[in-house]
Amino acid sequence: MESKRITLFAGHYGSGKTNIAVNYALRLKKDGKPVVIADLDIVNPYFRTKDSEKELSEAGIRLISSEYASSNVDLPALPQDVYSIVDNNTEYAVMDIGGDDRGAYALGRYADSIKKENNYEMFMVINMYRPLTRDVESTLEVMAEIEAACSMKFTAIVNNSNIGEETTEQDVLDSLSYAQKVSEATGLPIRLTTVDEKLYNILYGVVDNLMPLKLQEKIN
Amino acid sequence: MSEKVLMKGNEAIAEAAIQAGCHHYFGYPITPQTEVAAYMAKRMPKIGGTFLQAESEVSAINMVIGVASTGKRVMTSSSSPGVSLKAEGISYLAGCDLPAVVVNVQRGGPGLGGIQPSQSDYFQSTKGGGHGDYRNIVLAPASVQEMASLTVKAFDLADKYSMVSMILADGTMGQMMEPVSLDIGEVKTYDKPWALTGTKCEREHNIVNSLYLKPEELEVKNFERYEKYKAIEENEVMYEEYLMDDAEVCVVAFGITSRVAKNAINEARANGVKVGMIRPITLWPFPKKVLADAADKCKAFICVEMNMGQMIEDVELAIRCKKPVYLCNRVGGMIPSPEEVLAKINEVNENGGAF
Repeated sequence: MESKRITLFAGHYGSGKTNIAVNYALRLKKDGKPVVIADLDIVNPYFRTKDSEKELSEAGIRLISSEYASSNVDLPALPQDVYSIVDNNTEYAVMDIGGDDRGAYALGRYADSIKKENNYEMFMVINMYRPLTRDVESTLEVMAEIEAACSMKFTAIVNNSNIGEETTEQDVLDSLSYAQKVSEATGLPIRLTTVDEKLYNILYGVVDNLMPLKLQEKIN
Repeated sequence: MSEKVLMKGNEAIAEAAIQAGCHHYFGYPITPQTEVAAYMAKRMPKIGGTFLQAESEVSAINMVIGVASTGKRVMTSSSSPGVSLKAEGISYLAGCDLPAVVVNVQRGGPGLGGIQPSQSDYFQSTKGGGHGDYRNIVLAPASVQEMASLTVKAFDLADKYSMVSMILADGTMGQMMEPVSLDIGEVKTYDKPWALTGTKCEREHNIVNSLYLKPEELEVKNFERYEKYKAIEENEVMYEEYLMDDAEVCVVAFGITSRVAKNAINEARANGVKVGMIRPITLWPFPKKVLADAADKCKAFICVEMNMGQMIEDVELAIRCKKPVYLCNRVGGMIPSPEEVLAKINEVNENGGAF
């Protein structure tokens, strides 16, 4: 799989960033690359990259995560290890950014280094079935807010339109024109369309750049 | 294209409130309900409504009193420690007979407790929390869809009876994402001749007040209020029965634990155990009658709760202690597993009929 050295997943709150980031990291690793994944979410204390710690470590992926993630300590702290992503460019890095502009502020402190190295892809994860990104206009609004918050520009789009377990192949197909319009309005390519692994075989060959997702489970 | 959207429980509450005509929201952030405030902050300016992050929960509830006095629909939300802070204001709303919706997305307690889900504010919501003789209507959603539909219901009941309606959810219900239909149907409106809207020199002043200088008058007011509560107990009880027709063991659970219990009941049924569930949707008014009727047919009850045993007292009262009631609980932010509930069902089914 072609990938820049650093891949960032940002987008609207609840659009599926963490799930996609973990799946993406596992896929990079399968290609034999050294992979590190960093949880930069300081907004949501519940659904975190750390929930997938076991699977990631078994795959040999280094996880950078606040020791307070998924604990009772609701503290917006980032571990110092995050700097190893920009200080050491031998690993492929996947960065899971918190939702909305509020979540993206934390990325700002690494933005200069990432832009200086200039070997990154910043994905905007979109889901037209989320109530505050139902149409192109509201999606563009969220994108602009995130870009302003982290001082970085998106480089591509990931269409993750779904309504959870009830998602049908038709729901995915119905989202394609929305994603296309977001792409046209921003001039950014749709790099991936992500679907639950159950829908992958049905939609393979019908939708370009399709990527299957294994739903990551919340651990107690 | 699906008409449904994918929402967090907290977002569903916020959007449903707006659809129900609530254009005024006052809040203060606390995990795990912050998404209600965050959603309101995004949406309210777009519809010409008011979102205000107050300097504290105490301020927020007093702002709610202000808007409620004018007859407009108004809501505040918080999680357990924050709701304790609102308790004084809730008592004043009750004393002034003002309609408002208060949301509690519960977390572990007492004190700061923890941010994981809990149901340990059952007593606080259904028995008072603030001072004085009063009741809140308390609704307990068990899905993201119900987070939306019961919020609409909460506004309706609050206006209908001029009192506080609470949504008693928990951290899991607030955080989980499920498909939701936001088609809430027609919103009923109620006349509010008591509202403070300005006399325009055309009528006598309206006064919203909870202070009575004469004890005789305060007594009458309390008796009147309890007549209203009696009518609510007769007319507004909501519950769900699950596989109760031939049930010998009756599980009682609300909110998230009712979902866990359903899985356990299905498993037990597959093994031939006659078990069913009564899920209270209104925690006050409590579904006393259906439970009393079940006590004539079942040999034992099991309360599944995420607290040290709170609703169980209402179940024992409702069935007049006719049959034994057992507790299956986890606390501190832990959620009972279907396996734990199943083990309890099997144990009670084998040994349960006797005291």
